[in-house]
Amino acid sequence: MMKGVASSASQGQSPKARGEKTTKTLGMKVVEGSYAVAHAVKCCRPDVISAYPITPQTHIVEHLSQMVANGEMDSEFLTVDSEFSALSVLVGSSACGGRCYSSTTSQGLALMYEVLYNVSGMRLPIVMNVANRALGAPLNIWNDQQDSIGARDVGWLQIYVEDVQEAVDATLQAYKIAEDPEIMTPTMVCMDGFILTHVYEPVKLLDQELASEFLPPFAPRSILDTADPKTFGAFADPSTYTEFRYLQFEAQNKALAKIERTAREFEETFGRFYGGLVDSYRADDAEIVIVTLGSVIGTIKDAIDSMRAEGKKVGLVKVRCYRPFPVAALREALKKASIIAVLEKDVSIGGEAGLLADMKAAFYNSSIHPPIIGFTAGLGGRDITINDIEKLVKKAEAAMKGIESEFEFLSLRTEIL
Amino acid sequence: MKPTDLGTYAKNTWCPGCGNFSILNAMRAVLAQLDEEGLPVEEVVLVSGIGCHGKIVDYLNVNSFYSIHGRTLPVATAIKLANPERKVICFSGDGDCLAEGLDHLIFAAKRNIDITLILHDNRVYGLTTGQYTPTSPQGFKGKSTPLGSAEPPMNPPELMLVSGATYIARGYTHGIDLLQRLFKEAILHKGFSFVDVLQVCMTYNNLYESYNKCVYEMKGNDTSSFDEALRLSRSWRYDGPDAPIPLGRFYQVDAPSFEEVFPGFELVDLDEAKREKKISEVLERMI
Repeated sequence: MMKGVASSASQGQSPKARGEKTTKTLGMKVVEGSYAVAHAVKCCRPDVISAYPITPQTHIVEHLSQMVANGEMDSEFLTVDSEFSALSVLVGSSACGGRCYSSTTSQGLALMYEVLYNVSGMRLPIVMNVANRALGAPLNIWNDQQDSIGARDVGWLQIYVEDVQEAVDATLQAYKIAEDPEIMTPTMVCMDGFILTHVYEPVKLLDQELASEFLPPFAPRSILDTADPKTFGAFADPSTYTEFRYLQFEAQNKALAKIERTAREFEETFGRFYGGLVDSYRADDAEIVIVTLGSVIGTIKDAIDSMRAEGKKVGLVKVRCYRPFPVAALREALKKASIIAVLEKDVSIGGEAGLLADMKAAFYNSSIHPPIIGFTAGLGGRDITINDIEKLVKKAEAAMKGIESEFEFLSLRTEIL
Repeated sequence: MKPTDLGTYAKNTWCPGCGNFSILNAMRAVLAQLDEEGLPVEEVVLVSGIGCHGKIVDYLNVNSFYSIHGRTLPVATAIKLANPERKVICFSGDGDCLAEGLDHLIFAAKRNIDITLILHDNRVYGLTTGQYTPTSPQGFKGKSTPLGSAEPPMNPPELMLVSGATYIARGYTHGIDLLQRLFKEAILHKGFSFVDVLQVCMTYNNLYESYNKCVYEMKGNDTSSFDEALRLSRSWRYDGPDAPIPLGRFYQVDAPSFEEVFPGFELVDLDEAKREKKISEVLERMI
């Protein structure tokens, strides 16, 4: 499978040069999500890849190691002893000016935690796919988003994707965003583990020439260079540390416009667009708007269609970019909502949940004051079904008359408690 | 007690033919035997890490702790220090304790803590389906190393010897009598005991043929001699298809174990009532 797919992307003349409409020149291929992402990474031409195997990320990096071995990629692939080492390797290679890639999930991301801060603090624009998975204990290898939502404060940009095609496209966009001299901030492209990494679905693989045109070579201004010596990771004492953090904060603010712009540029080149910071579905006249992230969106769209057919005014707003948190875009997208129901696959134990807390914060000081309620669901790989969505909407309908619960575990199996 | 008394209702999900079955059966027989001989199985605590091996604690009806990847030994160390009377047996894979958890392995040996570590050494990451590990031979073509691993393998018995372990042996999953003997010796040894088990992974690294050809049991070696143990442990370095592979005990010496010299711990044997009184005293002091 792999060879056939790989060769299809490299055709002599670029579609543009042939004067064809780019969106139609590349046919769709039915491939595994992990392969599609690995192929996208290949098109980004990273200099260094380092990773440690962990389910369900494994296939992404296995495909990449095969591509390197086949000579399809001019990249160094370093196998290491742990996720901590994997990301540390990339700190070194990124500081030397290399474009760097890794992928991980769950416990692996948790083990990287210390290095995540090093990467963002040193402003190294590494891109990483997180194949979202639950964290132990109890041990669980299935999908939810506790891993990356838990890492929302580490200074990385975070983009959540809905399907494999978006994972492919967001990976290419991520480098363009991260490496912008004004941004220089590492980026996680978060895709639901198994649901998107192991699914086979029709995908338009990236065209290498178009990708190269879209993403120029990495040209960092500041690298380790014996001719121009400098130090990375040095001490910043109390007189300057705050300003380092402020500059990171500002870079994330600037990333808001950059992410929008990049999504539009991508659309111009490839003809696909998923919204910049947020996207919406049948939300214009919706009274009840569900706000969520990731692959559950497909199910929600189906549920919305059937509820719309029954006359319920339900819509969806998808948070594509979670860090930086797109406050203005969300206020605009939700200004007419009568109630906002946040659905997410994470929980802030002792608080509520990440997206819900951010949503409440985004609206509190605004002139828009719909009630905001939240639900956690789909933890540890439990399916979120259309029934669950309908249940959520019923609860939202009831809450329009008065909130009984601001936050709850949806479809909790109380019989086993 | 019969070995079958130590089974559980958990469904076994190892591949047919997996070397882990031998380790499980050997351990079950040894624990049942030790129970008959005066080491009640209730006094035993098992700790496993992450990987195919980790499931072993699901299949043994013994107190157990399923820890996170690489951290088998820190958990076991704490269990042992909290109650030095317990027998603590760790199961760990070559990925688990030679890659992510390597520092803990070296420190456990250095401290000579009275813990037994059984290394399920299949020389491949089985659970993540076939990548090279620290003991894979140089040139190993796994899914993460299609061109062959560039690194020479690690030699676990040699590493344990120079790190300070006081019992070091190697077994093979095709040879359950020896495996049982080594497990029993290791568990009864006072100090850090390490058994490297050449465990065949049928699915991703089936080495039965080459092992069957190369293994031999060491006889008459001086297990109190560091130099002889070093020589024998280095006689096969986890590479080369035809080198003879020594099995059996490399090394065993007496040395003070960590929990014996650990400062600040008084061993107190409390009955239930005294224990509760003690806990409420502590709680009152802290609240």
